[in-house]
Amino acid sequence: MIYADNAATTKMSESAVNAMFSVISENYGNPSSLYEFGQKAKEILERAREDVAASIGAQPREIYFTSGGSEADNQAIRSAAELGKKAGKKHIISSAFEHHAVLHTLNKLEKEGFEITLLPVHENGIIIPSEVEEAIKEDTCLVTIMFANNEIGTIQPIKEIGSICRQHKVLFHTDAVQAIGHVKIDVEDLNVDMLSASAHKFHGPKGVGFLYVKKGIMLTNLIEGGAQERGKRAGTENVPGIAAMAVAVKEAVAGIDANREKVQPIRDKIIAGLKEIPHSALNGDLEKRLPGNINFCFEGIEGESLLLLLDDKGIAASSGSACTSGSLDPSHVLLAIGRVHDVAHGSLRLSLGEDITEEDADYIISAVKDTVTYLRGFSPVWRDLEAGKTKFILE
Amino acid sequence: MALYSEKVMDHFRNPRNVGVIEDADGVGEVGNAKCGDIMKMYLKIKDGIVEDVKFETFGCGSAIASSSMATELIKGKPLEEVRKLTNEAVVEALDGLPTHKIHCSVLAQEAIEAALKDYESKQ
Repeated sequence: MIYADNAATTKMSESAVNAMFSVISENYGNPSSLYEFGQKAKEILERAREDVAASIGAQPREIYFTSGGSEADNQAIRSAAELGKKAGKKHIISSAFEHHAVLHTLNKLEKEGFEITLLPVHENGIIIPSEVEEAIKEDTCLVTIMFANNEIGTIQPIKEIGSICRQHKVLFHTDAVQAIGHVKIDVEDLNVDMLSASAHKFHGPKGVGFLYVKKGIMLTNLIEGGAQERGKRAGTENVPGIAAMAVAVKEAVAGIDANREKVQPIRDKIIAGLKEIPHSALNGDLEKRLPGNINFCFEGIEGESLLLLLDDKGIAASSGSACTSGSLDPSHVLLAIGRVHDVAHGSLRLSLGEDITEEDADYIISAVKDTVTYLRGFSPVWRDLEAGKTKFILE
Repeated sequence: MALYSEKVMDHFRNPRNVGVIEDADGVGEVGNAKCGDIMKMYLKIKDGIVEDVKFETFGCGSAIASSSMATELIKGKPLEEVRKLTNEAVVEALDGLPTHKIHCSVLAQEAIEAALKDYESKQ
């Protein structure tokens, strides 16, 4: 199988598996216990915090371990909202194509009386920093913009947005779940106040992530209980997961340049190959995108059937069609970059891993070409397009 | 657990009666591309019997399988029987569909109804 769905999840690295196993089997103590055995676990936890902090240029005390990216997003936004509320500021700025962990939290806050501005992400899937500045008002308490989009892989101008937020003294959070381990991140340099991450996107385990919170920003608890994570996140720490995440993030960050050099040319080869399919289009900017992300729309076909047939051919991928999203609407990301429903249903996302080869690329290109042609062969939509009864949307 | 039954996958991978009947006696198209499903049914009717049927579908795996199964269920059948075809019969013949995919079978039933209506309007 060619696993081309690394934006969904990744395979754990061998060293992450080993780190996890060693904690489970040998150092299973509770970090809150005061005897030596518990303190050993505490040591592992704090060393992991140092490694995680170093990977994004933060201080260890600025790292809070969570159950993953969604929890980190929830807690960051909730905390900023609470702080805002106390200061009489109830306006939050975000974008139309954020992850649902962000959008649904914002929906909830809107019902609680907050005003939410969702910025447009334009045809190329990139936010314009000046539009962030124009949207900032007297009562803006938070700007939350994702680092890289999970579907179309576009990388946002985080540094510029961060600096605008600093100037206006507005908190800035970024969901960096897709970016960590692919893009160099230094929170100081980028002017980021809060940042969310998830271990399983960078070859760590599922069910663990972290939230970076700049010193001095008061967090609000989502989970009440014990005094873990300096009283901000109760519950016995997931020490095996955290230890494995620390190993994984260190490896991923150390490999950023080498992996990009290897994966990006293969990504570009696949993009060039798929562009040969008539009436198709790449979604999102070609340059400012994650090294392993490919996202296309093919006119006249539906994404789920494409995925199932690619699965039969040994390719694991993803789509933004309604049928795969479990709702009637196709991906909100594709709609946000201006793809109409008809076209958005026919989307395909390939997110490459570091083990991808040139041969895999050739195989993917020919498999996708064949499958799209086959499905168009009995698509009434394609028939009408070809007969000129309806107009092509994609060139 | 697989997303679909073996039957669904079989009809999806090897759809029966795919294509167009150029001189069809009745043609029905339902659904819309905005929702992600369009089915088109072509009927050739002789002496009150569905002599031939073909379909074209833009849609997900279960939409393609539902169209394929529906054509099998009506091919060679008298019109009074075809008129009684329900989406439940399509679902049953496919060994079930996930709840959120039942509408695909409804679409198959409606496409056949639309093709019959077209046929009758020409009589």
